[in-house]
Formats: sequence, structure tokens, C-alpha cells
Amino acid sequence: MTSKTNALIYFLAFSSGFSIMGIELLGGRILAPYFGSSVHIWGSIITVFMLSLSFGYLIGGKLSTKNASLTRYGLIFIFASITVLPIVFFSQELMELIFTNIEDSRYGSLVASMVLFFIPTIILGMISPYSVRLLVTDSEKSGQVAGRLYFVSTLGSALGTIITSFYMVLAFNVNDIILGFSLTLGLLGLLAIILHKSIFKAHMKTTLNSSAVN
Amino acid sequence: MFKYLSLIALILLPTLSSAKVIHSERSLYRNIIVNEEGNQRCLKFNTKSSKTNQSCVFKDDPNKLVFNYTKLVFSSLLMIDDPKKVLIIGLGGGTLSNTIHQIYPNAYIDNVEIDPAVTKVARDYFGFIENEKITSVEQDGRIFIKRAKLKKQQYDWIILDAFNGDYIPEHLLTKEFFEETKSILTSKGIISANTFSSSKLYNHESATYHDVFGDFINVSNQKNSNRIILAGYTKQPNKETINARVQKLIPLLKPFNIDIEGISKNMKPTKDNIDWPVDTRVLTDQYSPANLLNL
Repeated sequence: MTSKTNALIYFLAFSSGFSIMGIELLGGRILAPYFGSSVHIWGSIITVFMLSLSFGYLIGGKLSTKNASLTRYGLIFIFASITVLPIVFFSQELMELIFTNIEDSRYGSLVASMVLFFIPTIILGMISPYSVRLLVTDSEKSGQVAGRLYFVSTLGSALGTIITSFYMVLAFNVNDIILGFSLTLGLLGLLAIILHKSIFKAHMKTTLNSSAVN
Repeated sequence: MFKYLSLIALILLPTLSSAKVIHSERSLYRNIIVNEEGNQRCLKFNTKSSKTNQSCVFKDDPNKLVFNYTKLVFSSLLMIDDPKKVLIIGLGGGTLSNTIHQIYPNAYIDNVEIDPAVTKVARDYFGFIENEKITSVEQDGRIFIKRAKLKKQQYDWIILDAFNGDYIPEHLLTKEFFEETKSILTSKGIISANTFSSSKLYNHESATYHDVFGDFINVSNQKNSNRIILAGYTKQPNKETINARVQKLIPLLKPFNIDIEGISKNMKPTKDNIDWPVDTRVLTDQYSPANLLNL
């Protein structure tokens, strides 16, 4: 891994932290028309995000043990980008359905949060442990790498929270902001894959050249 | 230094001693304070400053309304015949509900309040009346109205009074919410909203009401920052109708210290009098930064 790839991985982890909290914050906005803005709305949203992140860490860690590569890493981002889209396109219908079937707005909001945010947040949660796997080359430095990664992704979360709530909601529709997150995640995933392919090609070239010399 | 401190103490002491806090609690949503000052008992949210007074009553005459805005709400009665089913979103001290019940003892009144502690304080300290005709539900106003729509309930007078001076529940100030509210309004009904918007939000709020209801009426007196919006009527009543209603209401509203004749002169329809830029962005569930626009 070159320092360029490492920088990309940190940047991707930053962006995923940014998106996770941006989406979580907008979750309150999305649920309010159907389930109100009482404190239990945030209870539901935070519960679901924490739960899915915890599963995401577990799954991402497991996944990183087999053929870890920048391409697979990029695919996680693309997958996350796609699973965020139902929030934009189907949330009204889904919440309408939940609203008519569940009278108690606590459980209504919990189910709605599950349906809308569980899957994408699991996938976004997979990114952190996978990043550690790609970045660590020396077990002596694994703690340092993990620390740096948490720093970058949590900093992303902090910025995602403040920028979304202070500025983005003043300028854009909720759906447009989420589409923006989805697009960013997808493009970054693609970038990781392209970079991997080009590194691979360059690597193949040098190997071929050196074997030709030999 | 000490000199200044004692000076400050001297200034503060009389105000502190004359306002007596008789109840205070921290609810899920806010601090609730009930205090008494002279002849008034007031419900306050969050701080002791008088800006956040939510509801006040005169101790010697609880029927008399203290606040101007509460009186202005009754301009709604110039727009409709006697109301039979009333919905109030935001209970406060229960003053509106009590007053309407005394004017129209046969009307059904549903009160919706998100904070159980407010309902309790209304009962314990402000004589909030509940009986077979008057209910109070502890729920978010948006959810109540959505459920009422599902159950096909309708009201002929809907009062939106869920805003306080410091905070606006943003999901109660969107195009979609107003459309839902409109859907539970009878064809001859009226919606009255008590709002505090200033500057930028004033424009957005007006544009949103206009988008859903077409022309509406602003009721305010220059003295304070809030206004009552009357919306949802299909035809603006003519002068004769309004005058006839004024004459009918004068004796009914007098015990409550409501000068309906004076109020009728402060009603400004937006017809031919749009006082916001026409390209103002309408607030929707997708775009509702109401509190940020009201800074």
C-alpha cells in the first residue's frame, strides 16, 4: 500500500463517518411528520443506529479476513450508497404503512427507523474495521493505526452533524442532502476500485518488466 | 465592586419578592414555572423572564383574559357560525378551552398537548375544565391530526397554538401539515394559528399558508410581535355578515374582556395585500428550518 492509497482510505473513512451522522440527524426530520418530535423519536433513531453499527463492525471485521482488497472496500461503499436510496424514494409509503398499522408512536418510530436505517448503517459500520485491515501492515503499529482511523472517522461524524444541522438544512431539501451522501459514497467507492485496478496494472507491468529483464 | 453588587441586589430584590413561584418542575420538554405576581398567576416555560409567559389568569376574575393574543384568537368567530367541534393544539394553561366552553357550553372541544406536565399544571393551577364534552389528549399535534384524518373526524374550528416564543416545532409549520389540517376542517370551518414569526420566517410562513389555503387574514395589533392567522375559509364574509356577528358576540365576549369590535378592525386580509416576496420558498417536510429562519 502506498501512502496515496492510505490517504484515500482515511478520506473514505472520514466521509463515511460524515454521512452516518448526517443521515442520523436527518432521521429525526424524516420521522417527525409521522411519529412526532418527542424524545422517543431520538430514542428509536439512536438505538437503531447504534445497533446496526455494532453489527456492521462485527460483519466488517469478519469480511476483512478473506481476500481483503481495495476493490472489495470500494464495493462496500457502492453497496452503502445503494441501500441509502430507499430513504429517498420509498420512505413516505413505508412510513404511511407503519403509521396506519402501529398506533403507539414509540414502536412506530422504532419500526420505521429499523426499516429505513438498519441496512445502510450496518454497511456503513463495516467500513471502520475493514479500513483497519487495509491500513495495518505492522502489528506493532496496529493500535496507532486504529486510533488514527477512529480519530478521522469520528471527526467526520462531528463535522457531518454540525454541517448538516447548521447549514445544509437551510439550503437543501432533506432528500437532496441524502442523495448527496449517497452519490458521494458511490463515487468514492468507485474511486477506490479504479485506484486498485491502476495500482494492480502498474504492479503487473513492473513484474512483467522485471521478469523480461531476467 | 461591593457597592455595585449591593446596588444590583437592591434593584433585584423587590422584583424577586413580589413574584412568588408556587410551582416549578422540569418536564420531559422544558422547565415549567407557575408564579404569582400581584393579581396574576402565570405559567412560564424555561426561565423567569416575562417574555416566556405562556398563560396568565387574574386571580380575582379568572374569566377575564390577560393576553392580547388570546383575545385576538376570538376573531375566528367572525368567520364562522357557532362552532360545534373545536380542536386546540397546544394546551398551555387551558385558557382557550375554558373560555370557549363557557361561551359555547354545547360545543365539543378536543385539546392536544404533547407535555403531560403542562396538562397537569393546567388542571392543578389554572382550573382547566374537563368533562364529557372536553377532552385532553397527550400527543404530538401532527400525529393527532394525522390520526383524525384516518378516522375521518372533522372540526369546524381548529386552533394551532403549539408555538412558544423560543421554539417552533418545525413539523407543525409545513405545507404537508397544513394540508392535513385542512383535510379535517369542515367546509365552513376556520383555522386560527397563533404565531411569533419575525423577519425571514414571517415571509416563509406567509408563503406556506398562502400556498395551501390561498388568501388568509392576519390579525394583530401593532403592540406585539405575534399575529393570529385565520385561514381555511372558502369565502371571506362580507361587511354586513361581520357586523352582524360582532353585534351578536359583544355581550357573549364581554365577560372575558374581549373587545370584539376593536379586534374586527385589526383583521387584514392578504387579498390584494401580499406583504412578502412572491418567490419566497414554501416550507415543506423536506425543507423546514423554521427555527434557523427565525433567529
